[in-house]
Amino acid sequence: MKFVMAVIKPHKLDAVREALGATGVEGMTVSEVKGYGRQRGQTEIYRGAEYQVHFLPKVKVEIAVADDKVAQVVEAIQTSANTGKIGDGKVFVYNMDSAVRIRTGEQDNDAL
Amino acid sequence: MSKSYRRLAAPALSLVAVLLTLFPSHSAFAADQLNSGDTAWILTATALVLFMTLPGLALFYGGLVQSRNVLSVLMHCVAIACLMSVLWLMVGYSLAFTDGAGANQLIGGLSRLFLDGVGTDTLAGSIPENVFFSFQMTFAVITPALMVGAYVERIKFSAVLILSGLWLIVVYAPVTHWVWGGGWLADMGVMDFAGGLVVHATAGISSLVIVRALGARHGFPNDSAPPHNPGMVAMGACMLWVGWFGFNGGSALAADGSAGMALTVTHIAAATASLVWMLIEWKKYGKPSLVGLVTGTIAGLATITPASGFVGPLGALIIGVAAGFVCFKMVQIVKQAWKLDDSLDVFAVHGVGGSLGTLLVAFLCAPEFGGLGLPEGKTMWDAFGVQAIGLAATVAWSAVATFILVKITAGLTSGIRVREDDELEGLDITAHGETAYRLD
Repeated sequence: MKFVMAVIKPHKLDAVREALGATGVEGMTVSEVKGYGRQRGQTEIYRGAEYQVHFLPKVKVEIAVADDKVAQVVEAIQTSANTGKIGDGKVFVYNMDSAVRIRTGEQDNDAL
Repeated sequence: MSKSYRRLAAPALSLVAVLLTLFPSHSAFAADQLNSGDTAWILTATALVLFMTLPGLALFYGGLVQSRNVLSVLMHCVAIACLMSVLWLMVGYSLAFTDGAGANQLIGGLSRLFLDGVGTDTLAGSIPENVFFSFQMTFAVITPALMVGAYVERIKFSAVLILSGLWLIVVYAPVTHWVWGGGWLADMGVMDFAGGLVVHATAGISSLVIVRALGARHGFPNDSAPPHNPGMVAMGACMLWVGWFGFNGGSALAADGSAGMALTVTHIAAATASLVWMLIEWKKYGKPSLVGLVTGTIAGLATITPASGFVGPLGALIIGVAAGFVCFKMVQIVKQAWKLDDSLDVFAVHGVGGSLGTLLVAFLCAPEFGGLGLPEGKTMWDAFGVQAIGLAATVAWSAVATFILVKITAGLTSGIRVREDDELEGLDITAHGETAYRLD
């Protein structure tokens, strides 16, 4: 099992959800986060003064997937969240030891 | 007597009227009867002007600060409104608007302390004196509240209360008396319809004096935090705009064409200055911003304020254009050239706008510019001289008195500034124990 964590542009969340749905992913956890990468924040101007905004709003998507689906899931995110502009985000994949469905007690792949 | 001067004439007329009750009624003072139309409008205008502070100004300023200080700004505005109201009843109104006998050129008397002698039948011109008192009270509320914008995010709350209270008595009440209460500037015929001198020049210059003593916010100017909620800024500014109809339109102290023209030119100047500021930013920075648009609004409103009862629509357009250009430029000068952290630009927008309008009205009141006419027997340059004297005196008194009041306040509060770690953590939690936005 793998744990996929992606940081994406907030306005791409719906596109990513639809693309993941098409691959058969049945659940995900989403949070609003702040961060920066190569984009390095942005400059805003108020009343003629420049303000450096270091952390930009991003959305973090977390999904647990079976090993055989990982490549498909990562590709779905990479294509659906892509705008071609700097700041599109990244996808990280971790090894995952176990999973339990709380209601039934099902384990691992059965719990996904 | 021109209607435009009714504001300062009202209390004087009421005094005369009291004397005249000893004699048979006199047709020349027929106006000294209650006019229910005038009364209804000034009651309405009073509510509009209070709405400018509560919550207009509070939201306008609240959105411009960091999220960790928004409650402290709302707190400053509301607490100032409460304290100024009580002080206005106790002593402010009397000092501003009663006859000061031998000292009348400089300050009013004590005959109306706690509104002594004012009942439901006491008139000020054609409206009840209690209505006149309340209308003026809303001006006494917003003027110290304007200065909140200068010292946000780093001042002690106790210093806000003490300084504002002292300032109302020492700066606001005397200047109001000079201009509207029958003092020396009124005698010279200075034109200040709704408070370019009394409200905006006093608050603007005092803001600079306070900032010099207080110092800049942590990180100023290179690492300042941007406004936390431009939407709140816009909502507050729009409430100020609507409330300003009462501020300027009510200052005719009558429900008539003079009030209507004041309201009209107020709106035109605000709209024009908003567009000008927006266009300047669009050209200069590539994007027209909401904060810029509504800052132009406030600049236009402050600038038309002294002129609103004297100019016509053409004058309002000229004032709007001038306000947009001059106030925009002054914001940059204060922060970048002078390196003064007048945080929310009280001086550049209110002080400069009010002063600009005070000087421009000398020309724009002339019929050549579609104005309603120069004071009788005066040329534009005569009028300009009087306006300049009025402005210089107001600025000088406000600056010197505020300098001393800041020293006194600092002595009473062991320094008017909060500790650095409290400033960094934010005044909401450290001064008031509250949190504006919970992330859970």
